[in-house]
Amino acid sequence: MRYDEGLLEEPMEPPLLSIRQLTVDFHTDTGDFRAVDGLTFDVPKGRTVALVGESGSGKSVTAQSILQILSKKARISGGSIIFNDPTLPTSVDIAALKPEGEAVHQLRGGRIAMIFQEPMTSLSPLHTIGDQISEALLIHADVSKAKALQRTMEVLARVGFPDPKRALRNYPFELSGGLRQRAMIAMALITRPALLIADEPTTALDVTTQAQILDLIKEIQAETGMSVLLITHDLGVVANIADEVVVMYRGRIMEAGSREEIFRQAQHPYLQALMRAVPRFAMAENERLTPIREVRSTALARAHAPERPQPQGPILKAEGLTKCFALRSGRFFGKPRMVRAVNGVDLALPVGRTLGLVGESGCGKTTVSKMIMRALAPDAGCVLFDDGTGPKDVHGLEGKELTAYRRSVQFIFQDPFSSLNPRMTVYEILTEPLRIHDIGTSDARYERVKQLLDMVGLDQRSLRRYPHSFSGGQRQRLGIARALALEPRVLLCDEPVSALDVSVQAQVLNLLKDLQSVLGLSYLFVSHNLAVVDYIADTIAVMCRGYIVEEAPKSSLFRNPVHPYTQALLAAVPDPDLDRPLDFAQLRADRFSNPAKWPEPFRIPDGEFGVMEEIEPGHKVRLGRAKAQEAA
Amino acid sequence: MIRFLLRRLGTMAVTLLIISALVFFIIKLPPGDFLSNLIHELRAQNDNASIAKAEFLIKQYGLDRPAWEQYLIWIGAMPGPNGFSGLLQGDWGWSFEYDKPVVDVVGDALWLTLLVNLAAVIFIHLVAIPIAIYSATRQYSIGDYLATFIGYLGLATPSFLLALILLYYLNRWFGISIGGLYDAKYAGEPWTWEKIRSLLSHLIVPTIVIGLAGTASMIRRMRANLLDELGKQYYVTAKAKGLGPTKALLKYPFRMSLNPFIADIGNLLPHLVSGSVLVSLVLSLPTVGPILLSALKNQDQFLAGFILMFVAVLTVVGMLVSDLLLAWIDPRIRMGGGR
Repeated sequence: MRYDEGLLEEPMEPPLLSIRQLTVDFHTDTGDFRAVDGLTFDVPKGRTVALVGESGSGKSVTAQSILQILSKKARISGGSIIFNDPTLPTSVDIAALKPEGEAVHQLRGGRIAMIFQEPMTSLSPLHTIGDQISEALLIHADVSKAKALQRTMEVLARVGFPDPKRALRNYPFELSGGLRQRAMIAMALITRPALLIADEPTTALDVTTQAQILDLIKEIQAETGMSVLLITHDLGVVANIADEVVVMYRGRIMEAGSREEIFRQAQHPYLQALMRAVPRFAMAENERLTPIREVRSTALARAHAPERPQPQGPILKAEGLTKCFALRSGRFFGKPRMVRAVNGVDLALPVGRTLGLVGESGCGKTTVSKMIMRALAPDAGCVLFDDGTGPKDVHGLEGKELTAYRRSVQFIFQDPFSSLNPRMTVYEILTEPLRIHDIGTSDARYERVKQLLDMVGLDQRSLRRYPHSFSGGQRQRLGIARALALEPRVLLCDEPVSALDVSVQAQVLNLLKDLQSVLGLSYLFVSHNLAVVDYIADTIAVMCRGYIVEEAPKSSLFRNPVHPYTQALLAAVPDPDLDRPLDFAQLRADRFSNPAKWPEPFRIPDGEFGVMEEIEPGHKVRLGRAKAQEAA
Repeated sequence: MIRFLLRRLGTMAVTLLIISALVFFIIKLPPGDFLSNLIHELRAQNDNASIAKAEFLIKQYGLDRPAWEQYLIWIGAMPGPNGFSGLLQGDWGWSFEYDKPVVDVVGDALWLTLLVNLAAVIFIHLVAIPIAIYSATRQYSIGDYLATFIGYLGLATPSFLLALILLYYLNRWFGISIGGLYDAKYAGEPWTWEKIRSLLSHLIVPTIVIGLAGTASMIRRMRANLLDELGKQYYVTAKAKGLGPTKALLKYPFRMSLNPFIADIGNLLPHLVSGSVLVSLVLSLPTVGPILLSALKNQDQFLAGFILMFVAVLTVVGMLVSDLLLAWIDPRIRMGGGR
């Protein structure tokens, strides 16, 4: 079924929500623009419709229009949003209602509920979970406070809170990201809405948590028969839970249809391009992602690695890195608790290769990269760097040697927005490393900066501009250019693409690959996204709770994952391929990130470390005590 | 919690000790003191009886001893001519200028000061918060611009000038309050109902004058804070729940935007005493501001020292109160975690 304009078929049963020719305009100081332009689609009863597109495509604005919670600068300037509530005799046109009228308040949170991307910021930090969730019910139903709290407990239990009674008194910051999102879902579900709008509900979550949340939404939908409007940029998520798909680009529908139609026979070139831009597991060895907008660079083609002595062994090596943090725990300044963030981590990064470090949030991967950068001192173990004159302990370096190390190892950050000083021009940002290390005359620096900009595919006219006038992807390329300014040998990339759109992600990944092959760089690539790591890395180390649990060349890791955690992690990645659906049942267990609950021989009881064992060349797995004793 | 309180009280005591030393030595820094200056003057006039009295006072208060001994006697950590008798024992000393105990000089003025300024603070909050909410929720509307404009006027007008103008016109139009905090006839009288009424009507002008500048800056800060919070996701969540605009605003962003103001209480309390000297002079309010000024000018050391110590105590106590309040209203601080 395609919604071509002027050719609207009336379905047998009226859809729950039908949007016709919706147009939303923004009025800003810099001029007006149309965020949504003549949008037309239906959300049938009991089905899931996915709204897909890059950031800025107007998908979130569409969702906000349905609830009439648009920002003040935006206005619905045309079209209708017909809501056929099965509990009401007549349908309402939401677009025609007054934004702060009684009718809209009734719908909001009552018949149409919404969950948001950032579970941290979507909940008020000053109010308890119980207060915020029961509030939704108290607004819409005539119940007593006690009854509302009772219902809240039931809903919390339903969405999987282990101790709903305690959760009532918990504050959002006491919960993990997954639990916070569950609380959001509970808040949306407590009034039994007919339509749930989920705006990127799992984007900020780890893959295993994402799979559980998607599973939860699916289950509850089956139970209550509500419709879901899912807004996402992740085609993998869409392939797994949507019934129908609407692809948006710049406020317009590019393509719409059932999931089968969209994934089996994508018609529109934009959708095809989007599909080609996403890293997948089944990619061929040397297959290259095709970004939607390719970046060209002449300087890159001419660039070459500087002549310098090459190390015999790996350029960077970590041996037995361990780091503990003291956690303030409990209420009212209780005793600090020691947490082992990193547990005897061994890593080796060969020259010109990429080592991927994968794990979920809180597994210690960022702590490792900080210790390598010497931003943190390890409690035990050492980091060895070899610039061709033999390995040296990084944490013992001083004076000139330390400065040289700083030049050789540079960092690319996750957030392209906060990692560039908004008050410095591009020229100042890119020359700052040169100035700090006192390299070159100002003319030479100017030449170098122009070359760097060209290398990352940015226009030289950007030099006088400030970071805010660049898009996320362009900023990340600025960050890369800054890291390259000192001709480093190693780049530490901490989630460099996780804040970017899929289309831009492909661009940046390709750029990193090209830079590596031309300049002979070595990368330590930290990410939670397995598909991305699979695309860029040669060797992959999987981290969990401060341990490296499995390390292998990427082909054997994905072909033959041995450790239960690696398996769970792989199983949880939604693939934009209808033939490889998520196995929700397997992921429901939720014990794969606790070393004490891993099955034998992988189980590691508290206070033990286990041992790494090589099961095939280059492929190592951490085993628990039983195996360790056997070996001894 | 109790350990935290004890630790805080301990650091407060140390802080006050250091402040008292600083206050004392800075007052003593210029050569001479009130009494020796007086003696010089009297010598010139050959008034032997008065000289004898002054010399008696010098002995009495140990002003002939080394400065550090004087300091210890003053705070009551060392026996003076009259044994242990200092701040710690509740003896605030003798004002040479007024020839009275400090208690009698400061007495009523202290409480009236607190009263006037407390009234001003309440005025500031009552006026500023609604205006700030109005201009934040209707950013760039005519009302917002108007509030901003009036706010800048309030900020830019010297308060003593405003005091004079108000004094003149209020008296001319309504016939109320020409200076002072109560009618002259009640001075020195015991507190009666009429005296309180007179006090209240005299409070109006000082409250408005002292409050107006504070109101303007409070509106600006509150508006900025609230605008920050209005853009936050949890406010959208509250609206998406179906909460009405007023309730959603007051329960979520408004409460969040209060934090900086509670943290400010520590700075507010000392400001209550020292913030309105000029206005008090113009309106001839019997507050401690003018007393402090003349005590400092004349090196009336015990009087000046006491007032400064009083301000210091207010500061330290204010800080403690704001910390406790913050912990009480913000669970993130209470539980010592979160972002």
